[in-house]
Amino acid sequence: MFDQNELRFEMVQLLDENGNGDEQELASFSDEFLVTLYRWMRKVRVIDERLLKMQRQGRIGTYAPFSGQEAAQIGSVLALRKDDWIFPSYREIAACLAHGLPLAQIFQYVRGRVMGRKMPEDLNIFPTQIIIGAQTLHATGCAWATKLKGETQVSVCYFGDGATSEGDFHEALNFASVYQVPVIFFCQNNHYAISVPVHKQTASRTIAQKALAYGMKGVLVDGNDALAVYKTMKQAVEAARNGEGPMLIEALTYRLGPHTTADDPTKYRNAEEVEQWKRKKDPLHRLRVLLEKRGLWTEEQEEAWVAQVNEEVTEAYEEATANETGSIVDVFDYVYGKPSKLLQEQQQEVARRKQRKEVR
Amino acid sequence: MQKTKQRLLTGNKAIAEAIRLEMERDPNVFVMGEDVGVYGGIFGATEGLFQQFGPERVIDTPISETAFIGAAIGAAAEGMRPIVELMFVDFFGVCMDQIYNHMAKIPYMSGGRVKLPIVLMTAVGGGYSDAAQHSQTLYATFAHLPGMKVVAPSTPYDLKGMMISAIRDDNPVVFMYHKTLQGLGWMDQLDASVGHVPEEAYTVPIGKAKVVREGTDITIVGIQMTTHHVLEAAKKLEQHGIQAEVIDLRSLVPLDRETILQSIKKTHRLLVVDEDYLSYGMTAEIAAIAAEEGLYDLDAPVRRLAVPDVPIPYSRPLEQFVLPNADKIFHEAMKLVNE
Ligand SMILES: Cc1ncc(C[n+]2csc(CCOP(=O)(O)OP(=O)(O)O)c2C)c(N)n1
Repeated sequence: MFDQNELRFEMVQLLDENGNGDEQELASFSDEFLVTLYRWMRKVRVIDERLLKMQRQGRIGTYAPFSGQEAAQIGSVLALRKDDWIFPSYREIAACLAHGLPLAQIFQYVRGRVMGRKMPEDLNIFPTQIIIGAQTLHATGCAWATKLKGETQVSVCYFGDGATSEGDFHEALNFASVYQVPVIFFCQNNHYAISVPVHKQTASRTIAQKALAYGMKGVLVDGNDALAVYKTMKQAVEAARNGEGPMLIEALTYRLGPHTTADDPTKYRNAEEVEQWKRKKDPLHRLRVLLEKRGLWTEEQEEAWVAQVNEEVTEAYEEATANETGSIVDVFDYVYGKPSKLLQEQQQEVARRKQRKEVR
Repeated sequence: MQKTKQRLLTGNKAIAEAIRLEMERDPNVFVMGEDVGVYGGIFGATEGLFQQFGPERVIDTPISETAFIGAAIGAAAEGMRPIVELMFVDFFGVCMDQIYNHMAKIPYMSGGRVKLPIVLMTAVGGGYSDAAQHSQTLYATFAHLPGMKVVAPSTPYDLKGMMISAIRDDNPVVFMYHKTLQGLGWMDQLDASVGHVPEEAYTVPIGKAKVVREGTDITIVGIQMTTHHVLEAAKKLEQHGIQAEVIDLRSLVPLDRETILQSIKKTHRLLVVDEDYLSYGMTAEIAAIAAEEGLYDLDAPVRRLAVPDVPIPYSRPLEQFVLPNADKIFHEAMKLVNE
């Protein structure tokens, strides 16, 4: 009688761990696209590793690495139109880069430069969210507005498995579905929320199935299979653009690194588990196997590409740090559109003290 | 004579020890929150408890602050004594209804029938580049709302003693601990984060400030982290022939007005230093008390030093600029004594 609990969600997968899949299905992806996809994924892996090193060297602040989640992020963003909105959390640097954020800006951001937090005007990327789950509501509102204005952008909201426990997530799904707004809720289930494994986060068998309660479509996709993610996302976005309403996508993936650079993952998971994901399910590996099978990629190309990206990183870092201007009086800017009288006074006082060299 | 062993503990271990002792004493005490289990709390406040008491009494919750604070209210009404950790005080935004409309008001609205002996433990403070949503203290935000006690201890000794008092208190107590006083390896190491803590259970009363340095020329009130900055400034002031009396507020609600008023009777000058925003904050509250009840004792207007009215910046130099430090306190104090 209560057998709806037996409901099963099949996981969408096009490319298995060894780079095999249905030939016909795989043939629908052009060589050019596959190379672009792989280049992006390899590129962001290199960037992630460099950022992690820079944090260890004290050159940037606390950092949340995304290695292991490249397929989910790149695969989903490449399915978007340039003017679609994305709503990232702290772990979506790869998605932001692929949506057009300049690398130099990432460095400004992680170095705490005031302007690092300001997204370029022509990019539809919402400010990075760190309060868990909050951006689900912002994405819903943005999508609602585009719908009311008769525009055709879709809003894509990124968040983790842990975020699905927040009230915000549930209210956002409910709201989005009631108003049938063009928003995609893209959950990267990377198995952990800091130390808490996903089975302690939810008793649902999948996160995707939560969509049903809100009268919304839900899909579970292999988040380490960039092709499956891309295809699923493409369909979701098209449906949303056609006025078919929101969708929840659960991309099953794994965080290979620590939660952030302030975390010690050995406290809560064993090396063997991590090794399994690294060796067997790395999202880059299976795509590379496919590329090699098609004769699209060689070890030499790999090396050349990695070297090129490394150079790009160095250049972007230099660009970001070359003219690090800024002054403590900047701290008062942007609290309000036009500063209040009190703030103006506080700012002027600091400027005076600066002139007198009482503060630097 | 009290027998005390000179045993040194960090802030986080002092808190965890207090909770452990109370959990051993009272089976109704339990802990819940995000990453409080195997991980021991991201600021170490529950270190070792999971290993000793297991998952039934040290509970890792989903990231559902409204749910676990609301559930603590229900459990407390049913006779339990929950300790819930809100990982960062900044996250009060997602669960404030449960905190101030329910935890703080149900005892009142039930005519005293329902008691809610809850400790809402939460990490506060900045200084380590964690940006606007992870660096606030929000002392005054909580202190402003009737129905909860609010404490902010600054030494390992007080962290332990006040945690035990908070657990035994029949009222909801918001227990704020400062991240940089936890003595964690990945943060800047401060001498103040380590201190003498006796092994046995003891209490430090809620509602009593502490004169941590006696002086005659100026009273400087500190709250938690700023108390340590004030003490540093006081040393420098001494080199200039100025004897500062330093008060560690410790308890925001109830607020110990007497200790402050007595001190200004002696020094006739008052400087208040807070790591919360300047306007509408604890500094204003204390200045108002001095104005209402101690005005004739003062030789000069009260001075306040706090975070300017801007969100805490992520940028290290900007953050260092907005936070109070010993240098700034020294300068403010010098201005005040020369007035
Ligand atoms: C409202 C709120 N509660 C708690 C936190 C603390 N916190 C930061 S990250 C995190 C885990 C999030 O896990 P998940 O949503 O799965 O995303 P992931 O980090 O795995 O990408 C927690 C609990 C927060 N930032 N905001």
